[in-house]
Amino acid sequence: MANRQEILLTGAGGQGLILASIVLANAAVNDNKNVVQTQSYGPEARGGASMSGVIIDIDTIEYPKVTNPTVLLCMNQASFNKYMPKVKPDCTIIVDSTFVSGSYSDEFNVQAFPITRAAREQLGREVVANMLALGVINAATGLVDREIFRDSIFKMAPKGSGELNQEAFDLGYRLYEEGTGQDIGVSAQTPQ
Amino acid sequence: MPESKPVLMQGNEACAVGAIHAGVRFYAGYPITPSTEVAEQMAARLPDVGGVFIQMEDEIAGMAAVIGASIGGLRAITATSGPGFSLKQENFGYAIMAEIPCVVVNVQRMGPSTGVPTAPAQGDMMQARWGTHGDHPVIAFSPASVYETYYLTIAAVNLSQKLRQPVLIMLDEVIGHMREKVSIPETGKLMVEKSSSNVPSDWKPYDEKGLTPLVPFGFGHYYHVTGLFHDQYGFPTGDPLQVERSLDRIHDKLKKYRDEIMFTNYIGHKEPRVAIVTYGCTVRSARAVVKKAYWQNRLPVGLLSLQTVWPFPDKEIEALAEQVDVIIVPEMNMGQIVGEVERYARGKAEVVPLNRYDGEMINPDQISEEVGRWLS
Repeated sequence: MANRQEILLTGAGGQGLILASIVLANAAVNDNKNVVQTQSYGPEARGGASMSGVIIDIDTIEYPKVTNPTVLLCMNQASFNKYMPKVKPDCTIIVDSTFVSGSYSDEFNVQAFPITRAAREQLGREVVANMLALGVINAATGLVDREIFRDSIFKMAPKGSGELNQEAFDLGYRLYEEGTGQDIGVSAQTPQ
Repeated sequence: MPESKPVLMQGNEACAVGAIHAGVRFYAGYPITPSTEVAEQMAARLPDVGGVFIQMEDEIAGMAAVIGASIGGLRAITATSGPGFSLKQENFGYAIMAEIPCVVVNVQRMGPSTGVPTAPAQGDMMQARWGTHGDHPVIAFSPASVYETYYLTIAAVNLSQKLRQPVLIMLDEVIGHMREKVSIPETGKLMVEKSSSNVPSDWKPYDEKGLTPLVPFGFGHYYHVTGLFHDQYGFPTGDPLQVERSLDRIHDKLKKYRDEIMFTNYIGHKEPRVAIVTYGCTVRSARAVVKKAYWQNRLPVGLLSLQTVWPFPDKEIEALAEQVDVIIVPEMNMGQIVGEVERYARGKAEVVPLNRYDGEMINPDQISEEVGRWLS
């Protein structure tokens, strides 16, 4: 893992991405790293597009905004269309194939997983899709120690839902380990 | 300072926690983006420590209630943004005149008027200085991180209490809303200015001999409080001699305790040719520039960050101007503090504004470019 990681979580308002960024930032603090978390406020945070950024570094973090994402999560089509063209080819792009499909250039590292569908079908609760996404991201990048991350999720979850959220996180790991599906979303498209 | 386990905290939350750690037990205000989290946190935390939170009908009333609570013996704070800050100005001036301690937080957003509520700006810096009428002294801090927000809030409460002077915390949307890792000391491990319990029997609220501690109403001393010029007992006067003395009094205390008020920080080359002077969130971008230019490339570049913006760090700027060829002043406005820098540089160094007012932060590249122009 490079010293400085810039993670951009994007999607629709209501998908829990700002909360996910706070959980991720908390986990990184517990893992003894320097962290800054920012988010977009305003009309777009109230139903439209939602974006939040987390910078994790061993060094102190000065400029707090994400400028050069190393990890990009897209939880809907609009955010994929908006942010994917802005990242560099070495950025790890993770998309929720429940909502995102489309073409992308072969030089980009795009990995698609049915994040929301898995939350709905395997856990019966769509609301934990955000924690599931964090599981996928952490499995792919190793940003934070897995056990520290699980503990942080448990501590931050509303009373009684700690285990469900941890389960979602673990399911994210499983999805990642199973690899990107061949029959869904982006990964089904022929790269152009 | 003793530190405990690091936590993730938002700037506005750090302001509320700092206030409570410094003994603040009263909050009155009217919520407004991007300052709302200060109110939210105070509402959540004050009842646990026996404090009082009131949501008032507007910002004017919020300021008035804070003044009332303070003279009643509670440490008090209020928070607002742009339009609310305008509304607080008259009562703010009253607190300066009547020497009632309080802390006012302004989390700056794009103005004028309702502007862009969710976009950061540093456009209220001159309003902080001259927003209320008359020839008054002002103390204003401008934090550049979540931790700075915490300790400057404590400093503000302490200074306000000690000098009987309202203190402003000029946050901005970036620092107010961002979360970062901080180590917050536990309560009881801080320097908190104690209110004086034994005052002399001949105590006068506005003693002509100098600063006296505030004795709250109902604690054995009777006095008068007014926004009119007043004598040492607080009663109105129009006598030119007393008027002049009264105005000197509120200004002199800031001069006398300058060392305790003035927080600035220099990083970078020992003999810089190019200096950056800035405050608030813009410090973050400037630090990134100095990190690269000086720490990595040993270029003669330095940064003087101003945690205290008012009273203006005149001597610090004078000393810097003696050393450098140019002072670059990045600000998220059309040029406010740059005028003060120019004034105290006294022509000894070139002073260059670097402004951005589109609701986005000034980024390191913009500052780098300007620095590069002067180094080549």
